[in-house]
Amino acid sequence: MGLTFISSIIFATVVAGTPLIIVALGELVTEKSGVLNLGAEGIMSVGAVVAFAVTHHSGSPMLGILAGMTAGMLMSLLFGISALTLMANQVASGLALSIFGVGLSAFIGKPYESIALASVNPVRIPLLSKIPVLGPALFEQQGLVYFSWFLILAVAWFLYRSKAGLILRAVGESPVSAHSIGYGVVKIRYQAVLFGGAMAGIGGAFLSVFYTPMWVEGMVAGRGWIALSLVVFATWRPGRVMIGAYLFGGCMITQMFVQGSGAKISIPAQFLSSLPYVATILVLVLISRNRSTIRLNSPASLGQPFLPDA
Amino acid sequence: MQTPSSDTPRLAIRGIRKVYPAIVANDGIDLTVMPGEIHAVLGENGAGKSTLMKVIYGVIRPDEGELIWEGQSVTIPNPAQARELGIGMVFQHFSLFETLSVVQNVALAIPGEFDLAALSLRIEEVSQRYGLPVDPRRMVHALSVGERQRVEIIRCLLQNPRLLILDEPTSVLTPQAVRKLFETLRQLASEGVSILYISHKLDEIQELCHTATVLRNGKVTGSCTPSQESPKTMARMMIGEDLPAYSHGETGHEGEVRLRIVNLCQPTEDPFGTTLKNINLEVRSGEIVGIAGVSGNGQQELLKAISGEEPLADNRVIEMCGIQVGHLNPGKRRALGMCFVPEERLGRGAVPRLTLTENILLTAYRKGMLLGGLIRFGVAKRFAEDCIKRFDVRCGGANSEAKSLSGGNLQKFIVGREIMQDPKVLVLAQPTWGVDVGASSFIRQSLLDLRESGTAVLVISEELEELFEICDRLVVIAKGTLSPSKATTETGVEEIGIWMSGMWPDAEKSGEAPHVA
Repeated sequence: MGLTFISSIIFATVVAGTPLIIVALGELVTEKSGVLNLGAEGIMSVGAVVAFAVTHHSGSPMLGILAGMTAGMLMSLLFGISALTLMANQVASGLALSIFGVGLSAFIGKPYESIALASVNPVRIPLLSKIPVLGPALFEQQGLVYFSWFLILAVAWFLYRSKAGLILRAVGESPVSAHSIGYGVVKIRYQAVLFGGAMAGIGGAFLSVFYTPMWVEGMVAGRGWIALSLVVFATWRPGRVMIGAYLFGGCMITQMFVQGSGAKISIPAQFLSSLPYVATILVLVLISRNRSTIRLNSPASLGQPFLPDA
Repeated sequence: MQTPSSDTPRLAIRGIRKVYPAIVANDGIDLTVMPGEIHAVLGENGAGKSTLMKVIYGVIRPDEGELIWEGQSVTIPNPAQARELGIGMVFQHFSLFETLSVVQNVALAIPGEFDLAALSLRIEEVSQRYGLPVDPRRMVHALSVGERQRVEIIRCLLQNPRLLILDEPTSVLTPQAVRKLFETLRQLASEGVSILYISHKLDEIQELCHTATVLRNGKVTGSCTPSQESPKTMARMMIGEDLPAYSHGETGHEGEVRLRIVNLCQPTEDPFGTTLKNINLEVRSGEIVGIAGVSGNGQQELLKAISGEEPLADNRVIEMCGIQVGHLNPGKRRALGMCFVPEERLGRGAVPRLTLTENILLTAYRKGMLLGGLIRFGVAKRFAEDCIKRFDVRCGGANSEAKSLSGGNLQKFIVGREIMQDPKVLVLAQPTWGVDVGASSFIRQSLLDLRESGTAVLVISEELEELFEICDRLVVIAKGTLSPSKATTETGVEEIGIWMSGMWPDAEKSGEAPHVA
């Protein structure tokens, strides 16, 4: 049992961490532009239910993901209009979006409850999946898992190697300066917000189409909030977002195994269930407590509306 | 840098008008700049200089008026358009991104291919040609203010501007760095670049500029050839009256030591901050001591240590009237008779949305404004009205909000509030920064009067001129260390300028380059 057990633990960890990575990286890009979108939970919920419905009707998970992504972008567009064009408070707009999204998803999802989707076959990568232990754990996964790895590299490359990423960071650090050298701050922020919404939509779709292929009200279960805090505790760095997400996934899976194993332990189940949240926050706080890395990586204008001189 | 014809003005502006809800910032301004001309725009703070420059650079849109660029009428809707025409601007508060490197900062402003290595070479080329040394790979937050300004200038030069706008460029430089900047500007002008030079410093304009346009209250009050004018006549155009003179009392009445700092060392955790090293300083009753230095050399950290905003682990480091106060918080230090005027007026010195009376309460409540835990608003209001009257604060009365006051009037109010508490020790940071000539001379005179009454006054300022006017003794702060003190009468701008680069006699030879311009 030993090796297969380890393999399946790693497998489950990666699956549990994937939606967090996708959503958190989207939010990371949004925040790097200086916009704090607290609506991730709501966007994920809407993305999840729309993706589920479309997959159910069309039978195509691919279409489902695209639909989830589109729904996420529409949701974030609402946020953009309120926070960027109308310059409402970003925190309040984001919170409202979360509450709205969770409610809306429950409404849309009513007819779909207690329907199950056919589970989607994993994508097996030739050769790599033959590696003992790691092969079945890492390379017989859903397509979106590979996408999340690609996304980490892509976001890191975008932010630190491309000019567009440099502009995005500049806007997030000092919108006034960026405006004064001629960049359209609001336009760039819109793009970042839409990207964040798209990723949150895909993250939601992953939950309802692949992770547990069914729709249950409230199935996002706080993952949107965890993704938000991952971004902050990872000090806005893509690599650390991955560490945090897998740490969370790992603790989640481990505690489920422990609870499910029927072993006689005198720890209340509620405590075990809270463990992933506590452990993730604790570890990320510890690795990111250096004040100078925070100052250098956090977008200085985060949450502040930008109003150009007229 | 070709121009259509040497007779065509590079830029002519006609009847520019810009109205804000409360004030008319620009009221029918005309101005003409020729190719290769260094043109001064002279005026006090609030005269409308910055607004006018922002109009030219496309940051704000004028309500009326016309811009004529090399003979053609143009509209400049945004800075990108201005840069396309060939207008570059060096801002007073730099528009650099602190968490990025020099070359990244430049890349953001340069259109075209994104090749940082090639761009670094071009930066080095330009920096050599114009004597503006800077390392493209360094992070901007690690640069001194002078170096940042060089980055801004290089960033403009790389776009081959035909008009360069500099907004108060020397306010953060040592006298020596100012001279270097002037050489660069003259070289640029000789190559045909027009320069708009905004300043309120008359001597600089006389030294550098070919022509000058003077603004007051948003209107042009005159234009002149600075080399043929005296500072007096230009001052009259600028402020409408003669420059004020000060009455110094006699010196040499210093009494006991009121404030003593002994071996203050304070490491900073802020990557943009400065570590204080071995600071020793005494301020006696009846004297004004000035701390000169280029900003970012530890002034903020020192002020926080003295005020108690950053309480110290070792209470022996700071003594007030013989009492060790290093571990006390600002409230307790104030209770002992120490008063402070911080650099930021809105936010630190006063709460923007509170009324003047309420702002009085924040620091002066010890003057009998509390009774059994309740506020005696009558006393506070009388104190506020007193302060408004005594310090000539122009406002809508004691019930107006702090943010409704102009910078100069609010500063008079804050200084007045602290002075009226009869402090034993008064510490001020940048007491007249951004304050018009009339208000700053009033504040300076108030400090001189306070010194007469026996208060120990410590002034941290970047304006050398101000320090020389009011201080009895001067020290210089550079890289978190303090120079020996020198009587103002025994030193000069030149020597203090050199000290500002960290090069005073017996200065600690450290491997680090001094944090200067």
